[in-house]
Amino acid sequence: MAMFESLAEKLQSTFKKLRGKGKVSEADVAEAMREVRMALLAADVNLKVVKNFVAKVKERAIGQEVLDSLTPGQQVVKVVHEELVALMGGTSSKINMSQKPPTVIMLVGLQGAGKTTSVSKLALYLRKQGRKPLMAACDVYRPAAVKQLQVLGNQLDIPVFSMGTGVNPVDIARGAMENAIATGRDTLLLDTAGRLHINEELMGELKNIKSTVKPHEILLVVDAMTGQDAVNVAETFHEQLGLDGVILTKLDGDARGGAALSVKAVTGCPIKFVGLGEKAEALEPFHPDRMASRILGMGDVLTLIEKAQASMDTQMARDMEQKLRKAEFNFEDFLVQMQQMKKMGPIDQILGMLPGMGNMKALKDVQVDDKEMKHIEAIILSMTQEERQNPQLIKDSRKRRIARGSGTSVQQVNNLLKTFDQSRKLMKQFSDMRGGGKKGKNKAKGMFKMPFFK
Amino acid sequence: MGFFDRLKEGLSRTRQNLVQKVEELVTGRQHIDEELYEELEEVLISADVGAEMALEMVERLRKKVKEQKISDPSELKNLLQQEIVALLGQEAVPVKIEQKPTVVLVVGVNGVGKTTTIAKLAHRWKSEGRKVLLAAGDTFRAAAIDQLEIWGQRVGVDVIRHQEGSDPGAVAYDAAQAAISRGVDILIVDTAGRLHNKNHLMSELSKVGRVLDRALPGAPHEILLVLDATTGQNAVTQARLFGEAVGVSGLVLTKLDGTAKGGVILAIQGELSVPVKFIGIGEAMDDLRVFEPQQFAKALFGQEETGE
Repeated sequence: MAMFESLAEKLQSTFKKLRGKGKVSEADVAEAMREVRMALLAADVNLKVVKNFVAKVKERAIGQEVLDSLTPGQQVVKVVHEELVALMGGTSSKINMSQKPPTVIMLVGLQGAGKTTSVSKLALYLRKQGRKPLMAACDVYRPAAVKQLQVLGNQLDIPVFSMGTGVNPVDIARGAMENAIATGRDTLLLDTAGRLHINEELMGELKNIKSTVKPHEILLVVDAMTGQDAVNVAETFHEQLGLDGVILTKLDGDARGGAALSVKAVTGCPIKFVGLGEKAEALEPFHPDRMASRILGMGDVLTLIEKAQASMDTQMARDMEQKLRKAEFNFEDFLVQMQQMKKMGPIDQILGMLPGMGNMKALKDVQVDDKEMKHIEAIILSMTQEERQNPQLIKDSRKRRIARGSGTSVQQVNNLLKTFDQSRKLMKQFSDMRGGGKKGKNKAKGMFKMPFFK
Repeated sequence: MGFFDRLKEGLSRTRQNLVQKVEELVTGRQHIDEELYEELEEVLISADVGAEMALEMVERLRKKVKEQKISDPSELKNLLQQEIVALLGQEAVPVKIEQKPTVVLVVGVNGVGKTTTIAKLAHRWKSEGRKVLLAAGDTFRAAAIDQLEIWGQRVGVDVIRHQEGSDPGAVAYDAAQAAISRGVDILIVDTAGRLHNKNHLMSELSKVGRVLDRALPGAPHEILLVLDATTGQNAVTQARLFGEAVGVSGLVLTKLDGTAKGGVILAIQGELSVPVKFIGIGEAMDDLRVFEPQQFAKALFGQEETGE
């Protein structure tokens, strides 16, 4: 159904038509822009933002620059991409750290946006950077919110300051500040209760917290699934409190995240982090250029490489790259890769970062959860070395043996063999797709190049 | 404040976003022209009705205007109200409480207000004189069990709970057994929030459904999908995918007060035929209302309730 196609798919199909042409007429551009408009609206991008965006792109696309270039179709895609990046705020932003500790970070937002989870994720993220975070439970309204933060603090071994629920949040914030100083914590994260931006009483409470502890950083937590109202919420919070940035949550869902496009454009507040999953590690800095590439289905190769670098040693990465390129990897490599990938995060996310994956229908529903990974590992471990290097050997009786050995079924073994074969073909496609790109900032690790970007 | 007035107040923001904008649009206009249609479409889109649905609605209005030879722009408001009522259905579709125990499974993505909705439902049914039992099926999120437990104490109903991290199916099974042996009228089963595109979590949900059916054939009798009214077009996907995984029998639209636009409900009604059963219009216990399409439309369009 057309309505459920992703923005990337829609733009891609629109521009596929354009890319085939040598010359783009005004009518072509107008046609493409209509589809861009519909796609952006379906992605919940704010209507006003869409209008400005489309007007801007149209102007640039119809102008000289495009019509005179050799490949006008690509040129239009480039313009859309550039404008998307510009819309989302250019480069990524960091947390303002105070010279004089503790740095105070306050998270605010509507109910259910994911503040408490984000507080713990951000605390973990900052600890990994060598900070000493303290989390403070200032949500005294939602039942068990304090307990939730305490449990998370326990799991992550990060201290939590709380005074129960019978105390004014302003006093809790003040107490937390004193506690941070006394215990030598250099970063204080305040979890606040969810509230409607039009609730004057509760907004007043936030203002009081602000004037009491003077946070260096006030971050608005926004659900990526939010509709047209996202900008109003952000605008009101910004007017009342003066926001320094936004955390966009639940981006691991299939919402097209139009909120991301809108919020910065309307409030001027940069999106600093995105939440990408239920695990505590699933918080990443926001990169507008990568997000734009992702929206346009060009893959998020930079994040992938960064992730790979963070979790693999360089030699391994180089080997893997070689093998992927030549499409000659076998089950032994697969096993090594799997173990490495486990460190990188959920496979579906990794796949989503690969260029061209956005529109490969077959891969859309690929989801590997941890249990399945274990099964796969067991199956491979039940193969002989010869079989691992030479999967073609595996016929019926071997399949039965492997299934018995791994405690799985022949069907599961078959599935794995099939998936393996498919992914090998896929890798081959990638390496064929490569070439000609000069945009890569990361030349040393040019694993995959943008499929159509010059 | 009267019952209907409270509803009107709760919907005031939605009204401002939709109906008042339409009013502003039509007042002072002499005739219905292309520009007016276009602006109407934009008003609908801004209320989260969705681009396709907005186009469709405007198209229908256009047709009606032609058929009925309407020339007065202010008539458009009434036509729009008719359209909305037509989409939402005429009659309220109540939750049927016929079996004993009736099992209600509550599902939804993270942060839409499932646990709060359950508390409000428990309160509603308890004050109707029914015996209610809750099952703390969100064994995943930190302190979710405690959250439900606190609500249970406030409302005065028992909560069946296991440890954090335990199998939600086991909680559901035990709760169903307990509901039978305690002679409970209604069992409400909470579940962990989950994004609908995570297959393994969705299959966990269908398992909870199967376990309930095994413990009590025919259960769950009602599966309510909770949707946050601030959600944009993704709500349509949510409704569709949760429907495919567990078969949703009704929708609960929360947070309609204050910030909400809630227009996405029209997109959902246009796409799927799952009735809205409850709407949340505020934080108070009584602010979860049975959804009555006619009354809703009247409150939305700021009319007076007749016959109350």
